[in-house]
This record gives sequence, C-alpha cells and structure tokens, in this order.
Amino acid sequence: MAGFLQEIVEGLGAGAIYASLALALVLIYQFTGIVNFAQGELAMFSAYIAWQFMAAGLPFWLALVLTLAVSFVGGMLIERVVIRPVEGAPELTVVIVTVGLFIFVNAAAGWIWSFLIKDFPNPFPGGAIEAGGLSLGYSTLGIMAVVGVVMGLLYLLFQHTKVGLGMRAVASNPSSARLVGIRVGWTLALGWGLAATVGAVSGILVAPLLFLEPNMMGGVLIYAFAAATLGGFDSPVGAVVGGLVVGVAETLAGAYVGFIGSDLKVGVPLVIILFILLLRPQGLFGRAAVERA
Amino acid sequence: MSGPAEVTEKAARAAAPTRGRSLARVATARRQWIVMAVLLAVACYAPFQLVPFRVFQLTMVLVYAVALLGLNLLVGHAGQISLGHGAFFAVGAYGSAIMIDRWDTPHLATLPVAAAVAFALGLALGLPAMRLRGLYLALVTLAIAIFLVPLLKRFEAVTGGSMGLTLGKPVPPAWTGLAEDQWLYFLALAVTVVAFLLAHGLLRSRVGRALHAVRDNEAAAEVMGVRLSFYKTLAFAWSAMFAGAAGCVYTWVIGFVSPDSFALTLSITLLASIVVGGLGSFSGPLLGGLFMMFVPSISQDVNDAAPGVIFGLLIIAVMYVAPTGLAGLAGRMTRSITKILRKE
Repeated sequence: MAGFLQEIVEGLGAGAIYASLALALVLIYQFTGIVNFAQGELAMFSAYIAWQFMAAGLPFWLALVLTLAVSFVGGMLIERVVIRPVEGAPELTVVIVTVGLFIFVNAAAGWIWSFLIKDFPNPFPGGAIEAGGLSLGYSTLGIMAVVGVVMGLLYLLFQHTKVGLGMRAVASNPSSARLVGIRVGWTLALGWGLAATVGAVSGILVAPLLFLEPNMMGGVLIYAFAAATLGGFDSPVGAVVGGLVVGVAETLAGAYVGFIGSDLKVGVPLVIILFILLLRPQGLFGRAAVERA
Repeated sequence: MSGPAEVTEKAARAAAPTRGRSLARVATARRQWIVMAVLLAVACYAPFQLVPFRVFQLTMVLVYAVALLGLNLLVGHAGQISLGHGAFFAVGAYGSAIMIDRWDTPHLATLPVAAAVAFALGLALGLPAMRLRGLYLALVTLAIAIFLVPLLKRFEAVTGGSMGLTLGKPVPPAWTGLAEDQWLYFLALAVTVVAFLLAHGLLRSRVGRALHAVRDNEAAAEVMGVRLSFYKTLAFAWSAMFAGAAGCVYTWVIGFVSPDSFALTLSITLLASIVVGGLGSFSGPLLGGLFMMFVPSISQDVNDAAPGVIFGLLIIAVMYVAPTGLAGLAGRMTRSITKILRKE
C-alpha cells in the first residue's frame, strides 16, 4: 500500500510539470483559439536561456527571473511578428505556422547550443521528507510548490486586476472588447507572453530531470496535450487537474502494468487523448462548443 | 411565340462560354499529359547518365514523392492535418522488412501487404479522430508519431529493437541487364507512376469532389449530402496507404530499417515538404520530394541544424506569401511568361 501511495506521489510530481505546460497551451487557446504546437520548444528554448545565464555566473534565482522576463517579451514578439499575419486564417494555416515555429526553434537551439546534452542544476536540495512510510522528495515538493504559485498568480491576475479583466473580455468576445476600448491586439500579445512565461517555468523544472537538449520537450508536449484534452482546452483549472491525472496515470501504468513498463509509458497520453475524444470531446471541465456555420 | 425562341437563344448564349471553357480545359489537359510524358521519358533516361549515388538520390526523391502524395491527399485536398505520417511510412517499411526477414517473401510481394496494413491502420485510427475537428487529428497523429519509436524498440524479437533489421536488396532480373541501383530506381519509378495515376483517378471521382467540398466548407458539404466523417476517415486511410507503400519501397532501397529513422522528425519534415512543395497541387509532391532530399544534404555542410532552420523559416514564409508552395509559384511563372510571349 505504501508503495502504491509512493507511486501516486511520484505521479503528482510529474503531473505538476505536465500541468504547467498544459496551462501555457490553454492560455493561448483561450485567447486566440490556436493550439500552439511550438509551446514545448519555446519552453526548451527558455531553459537554454536560463542555462546561458547560469553559465555566465549568475545565481539560479536571478537567472530564473531574467529568463522569465526574456520569455515574456519573446512570447509577445512571436505573437506580433509570426502569429499576427495569420490571425483569423483557417485552422490549417495557423497549425502549420506553429509547426514551422516548432521546427525553427528546435533547430535554432541546436545551432546555438549544439545537440549535445547539458547538465542543468536542480534548484531544490536532494533529500526527502519521510512521513508515514512515504518519502516526499524536496524536488517533487518544490515542483508542486512552484506550479501552485504560478497558478495562484494567474488566478490573481485574471480575477483581481484590470488587465486580467480585459484579457477575459477579449477571450470571451474580441469585437465587443474592442468596442469598450480594450486594445485587443496587445491583449493577445500579452496572452502569448504569459503563456511563454508559464512555459518557461515548466522548461526550467523539466531540465534538471531530463537533461537539457533540443528535443527535451517532445515527450512532455504530448503529456501536456493529453492533460489539456482531458481537462478541456478552454479551462485552466482543467489543465492543472488533467496534468496531475495524466502524471499519476502514467506513473501507475508504468509501475503496475507489466506490459507497459517504463519504455512504453508514452503510449498512455495517446490512449487518454483517444478515449477523451471518443467519450467527452470537450474534456472534463471544458464547455462543448456550439458552432453556427 | 417569341418566348421559347428567346429562351433557346438565352440557353445558347449561356452554353457558349461553357463550351469554350471546356475546350480550353481539354487543351490544358492535353498539354498536361504531354508534359507528363516528357517528364517520364527524362526520368527513364536519367539513370543511364548519372553516377550510382545520384541515381540513389533520385530514387529517394521518388520514395518521398509517394509519401507526400498521400499527405497531399489528406492536407491539400481534404484539409486535415497529420503530424504523424512518418508513422505510416514506418509501418510500411517495417511491414515489408519483417516479411522479408522472417518468411523470405519476395520483395515485390510485400508491397500490397504493406499498403493494405497501412490502410487498415489509417482507417482504425482515423475513425475516432475524424469524428472531430482537424485539430484533434493533428494531436492524435503527433502522439502516434512519438509513441511509435519506443513501440518498435520494445518488440525486439520481431523488429530487431534499436539495432533494426538489415535486409538484402531486390536483385535485378538478368534479362533487364540493369545494375542494382538502376533496377531499384525503376521499381520506385513504377510505384510512383501507379501512385500518381491512382491519386489522379481518385481525385477525379466523386470521392475527390466530396473531399474538396469538405475542405472548402464543411457545413455546405454536409448539407449537400457528403458524409463528413466517412470521407475524412477514407481520406486519412488512403493517405496512410500511400505513406505505407512509400515506406515499403524505402526498405527495398535502403536495405535497413531502424526505429530512429522514423522519429518525429520524419513526420514533421514530410509535412514541411508538402507545404513547401505545394498543397493541393499535382506536382507538389514531386517538388516536395526534391526539396526533402536535397535541401538537408546541401545545407548540412553548414551546420547540423541548418536544414531545420531552413525548413522552419520556409514553411512560415510559404504560409504567408505563397500558400500554394513551389508548385503554385511555378504555375504563376509559367502563366506570366506565356502572357509576355503572347503579347509580343
């Protein structure tokens, strides 16, 4: 039984990382209706930026703050420069553009920092808290705390600030928002900046666990997609719950289903995506879209 | 009395431009066939003039063109996105390799089986994904592409695990008098021609018209009686079949399959190539195949990451300024040149 609980704790730790990337995906989807296939690669690029700052001798937490700022500006720039020209274009076009961004960012990171793996320092101490036969790693706890803080800050931003109110207005109805004087274009850019920042957090949390390399986020992106599908693409709460569920499901499947083992775990998100699409396409917390053609 | 006469006159006037247009269309169609025949003649002549390595490169262009033909059917003609066509390519390649490795099946006999397996798999996976919007298909196919590599490594007894499988290449029959690389080239050429004819016929049939209707306006298509999920799933299965056939020829040509050749990069490169080659056009797959073969091999000298940077930038640029890709640009150029020539 203790072993089982231990697996769940491990799963929650992994799930918190998926949740943070899923949160970034959902943020962009809410504002622009775009599923950003390059989100994982942007997170990877942010992790490299943090690595570069630390290689220059900065302490971890200062590097983190600088990286988040750079990511925020980078995200806004990408929206203005890359996404804006295809705003309102058919879904096919937008998806292909984000895939192009995926390829470009991945290759650019390889060009700048090479494809060799790099060590990334873990900001959390190594030990663990022992409680009731469970051992809670400081690293797992730290990840959960960081994701919790990010969620709390986003909640405060959206529910208790004027900027957040404007962002919710744009998400709900862009043309009405424009009529009441909200600058829709800038709000969309702000959404991308926020998403890039949240993504950067997940990239920096993943890097110490997986080693830093340009293809690091490929697998994580699939888990994040599964999390967003499970929770509903238009629900931030759903993304977090979805991330935790996917993390636990994946860890339990890897530990207890002999056939799956540790190498086939990446099939779990595929199965989750397929099941959700068949049974409840809008996800657990999402609203079913009613379309008028 | 004047009523019916007026009507006939009107009808005749209305019919006249149509007849003129259809004549023009016949002329264009004939010109297209002539261009195709010339291309085919050049393609048959080329392997006797080039060194074996170039022949091999051209063979790979044909292999990619068949896979891109399938992807074009799905993305260009049906308007659905697949980020996992490398997986179907791999299914064809491994299907053929396993048959040759285990049961000594003659190379050519593996082609229909590989194509059929890819078709069935496309049908099975398309059914759940196609009930929904295209976006979810992209998600599912991406997950498949990522899942495939560990899956192939896992079933080591059959697939040879990470080490892959090494196989003999098809031996040219004595009566042809061809070298091995030339024989492989002609096999690939034959498969390509058959695939292009198949796709051409398919797009001219009611299936093709239904697909275009689905791509251009789903709601209107549905009102006209097109069963959306049926045709979308069918398009997915057909396009998986082409990718599987291409994978099978790949196994013949390379004589070696390993999981890492079919990683996510392959799927993404396929999508990038068809976008750059030209979505929804007839020559797009061929141009995309040329692009997929030669751009990496040329730019890799600069930096390992250079092909990715070029692909990424080009794909975005193409979406902005030339959504019809290289094929569209080529068509536009031909038209403007003809216009200039006519004026003089």
